[in-house]
Amino acid sequence: MTAKHQRLTLALLGVAAIVAAALLAMSALKDQASFFYAPSDVRAQGLPLGRAVRLGGMVQAGSIRRAADGVTVHFIVGDGIATTPVTFAGITPDLFRERSGVVAEGRFNPDGSFTATNLLAKHDEKYMPPELAGKMHETRTLKP
Amino acid sequence: MTAEVGLAALWLAAALAALQVAMAALGLARARPEPAVAVRAIAIVQGALAALAMAALIALFLASDMSVRLVVENSHSAKPWLYKFAGAWGNHEGSMLLWVTILGLAGGAVAILERRLAERTLIATLGAQAAIALGFYAFLLFASNPFARLDPAPRDGLGLNPLLQDPGLAFHPPTLYIGYVGISVAFSFAVGALITRDVGPAFARAMRPWVLGAWIFLTLGITAGSYWAYYELGWGGWWFWDPVENASLMPWLAATALLHSVTVLATRDGLRAWTVMLAVVAFSMSMIGTFLVRSGILTSVHAFAVDPERGAFILALLAIYIGGALALFAIRIGTVRAGTTFAFVSREGGLVINNLLLSVILGIVLIGTLYPLVAASFGVQLSVGPPFFNKAAGPIALALVVSMAVGPLLRWRRDDAATLLDRLIWPIAATGFAGAALFVLAPPGLFPLLGLSLAAGLAVASILPLVGRNPWRTPLFTWGMVVAHFGIAVSLAGMACDSAYTAETLTAARVGQPVRVGPFVVRLDGIKPVIGDNWSGLEARLTATRDEATIVLRPQSRIFTDPVTTTSESAIATAWDGQLYTVLGQPDGQGRWQLRLWWKPFVTLIWLGGALIALGGALSLVGRWRRERRAAAREAYA
Repeated sequence: MTAKHQRLTLALLGVAAIVAAALLAMSALKDQASFFYAPSDVRAQGLPLGRAVRLGGMVQAGSIRRAADGVTVHFIVGDGIATTPVTFAGITPDLFRERSGVVAEGRFNPDGSFTATNLLAKHDEKYMPPELAGKMHETRTLKP
Repeated sequence: MTAEVGLAALWLAAALAALQVAMAALGLARARPEPAVAVRAIAIVQGALAALAMAALIALFLASDMSVRLVVENSHSAKPWLYKFAGAWGNHEGSMLLWVTILGLAGGAVAILERRLAERTLIATLGAQAAIALGFYAFLLFASNPFARLDPAPRDGLGLNPLLQDPGLAFHPPTLYIGYVGISVAFSFAVGALITRDVGPAFARAMRPWVLGAWIFLTLGITAGSYWAYYELGWGGWWFWDPVENASLMPWLAATALLHSVTVLATRDGLRAWTVMLAVVAFSMSMIGTFLVRSGILTSVHAFAVDPERGAFILALLAIYIGGALALFAIRIGTVRAGTTFAFVSREGGLVINNLLLSVILGIVLIGTLYPLVAASFGVQLSVGPPFFNKAAGPIALALVVSMAVGPLLRWRRDDAATLLDRLIWPIAATGFAGAALFVLAPPGLFPLLGLSLAAGLAVASILPLVGRNPWRTPLFTWGMVVAHFGIAVSLAGMACDSAYTAETLTAARVGQPVRVGPFVVRLDGIKPVIGDNWSGLEARLTATRDEATIVLRPQSRIFTDPVTTTSESAIATAWDGQLYTVLGQPDGQGRWQLRLWWKPFVTLIWLGGALIALGGALSLVGRWRRERRAAAREAYA
């Protein structure tokens, strides 16, 4: 094999590897990218079942209930148009409170409720997740 | 006064960088020796001036000079001195100043230390390094001046994000940056070699220690950052595939590939074009990472700025440097002669596989990190998290582990597949035995099972290059390779153990009530108030019992005063076989306290492995240096 041939083979191998990586990544992205939903999106687009998504909105006033086990929390997230009940077991973030922004990571249940595996609370305007800031702006409910 | 000195030093350094570029161009065009001396001297002074500017900023933070805007926005006089000191880079402007300081110092170090590189290539290299520095000086001076004054000066500052108020802030950013920005030297070497068309073994041998040095720091920085996130965030995880973490992983992957391909170039004069390309890619990844983290398009504890103008500025710099280097590569690489050839089954072939697999992982991480940003520009909000990265990159990482076990056992130039199998008998046996034993005793999931068995195989395989040799006479760089590869096996075992055998308990407990987690029984003894320099909080006393032995843990929940923020401070007890990780939550209003407890068997191996990998790099660096010195001494003697 001459140097030129070897160079060509290596270059082809490299291209093949990169194409393989891109295909692999794209196919995995298709099922694994977690999309951001606001409660009103669910009403408009239907339930995204069986995949990890993020749900964002305001924790509704008076909606936080703590279950008897002391670690499970039920609350309702709204965006001014629609609401979604959420269940979360774990230590809630320090800035998780009523009338405050929250992003929940988890899955929708067939009945339209949401089971969160992780909660991201709004710290302040600086740390607000950009997707939440955008959504809140659309529905004009952003108030401190 | 200090602020003005810092600003003046920064302007002077920028002017010197411009002069350095001009002198290098002049020296290359005229091919006369005088500019070389000048370029070296300018590079050293430029680095010193950048360091002076950084020192001035640190002095301002230590003195809590509230007439400087940056100090006001990010510091507070009541903060402990360590966080005033490290707080100098715990913000956008300061961290960018640290960035260019390291860039300037790296250029100065090349000017002082580099003696092997051909003189013309060295001039071109220092010119390229100064060209990068010039762009980032301009960024600091025009878009992020750290020394801007505030008039009238307020009475006190706004304080530092409490998550950053940790000793980790003094260690993690500088270490990571030395690695991150140190890779710029490889980039400049590549540009220099492309300009003078001097790509060959001598060039590779000159570049190798610089790549190795940067890579050691990058490894340490990532390891430290992972442990910091692990204990500070209180989520029990050690890697979150956060875009900011990926921004540090991508240059590491590229630098690791470069480290291996540069060996092929130095030893066998192969992979010339590829090695130059990797050097360009590695620093491009650092710059892309800087853009991701510093432009404010990501939301994280690392993203300080939200000014879109700055993002556009960094993006423009990125386009200029990466585009310029790639264009130079495209124009010049045709004129670089092809290196020597090799058989597929050979050490070179193994290193090519290593490079391909690392590149594929790099591609996956890059796509996963950039995809949400691209989607966002089309109006689709989405995030790409651990499920994607684990699924897409995990299998390839395991394939990489296999190639890592086989590669060092291959001979250079040409090897025989049948005798290779003989050499692999012990690693294969170890993999099979570990897999079978685990499957029978404590079956984990498929991924952790593969991870643990391959870790066992790799651990055995990585030691084999030492078998049959006198350990005292084995070259240090061989030891370096052995230790680094063994470190990967150790780290992989830790990751697999953590994902397979972690026990978690989440509960609300009354005082005195025992809670089980893994082999421990944990009892909440009581809660008491505590107070610190700039925070107050609650501290739980937990006693954990296992086999009669008792450990006391004190997790806290802290409220910081400036700015007012609540954080939880986890308490971690380390045993020889793992860590007990405890987090205090909130009271439930009925006399109970939320507790989140994890027993993480052998989780410490993850960071121990990281430290071993860096140690391997250090051994290798010392080994190469000693061999060079001995060779030089022999030459002088003859």
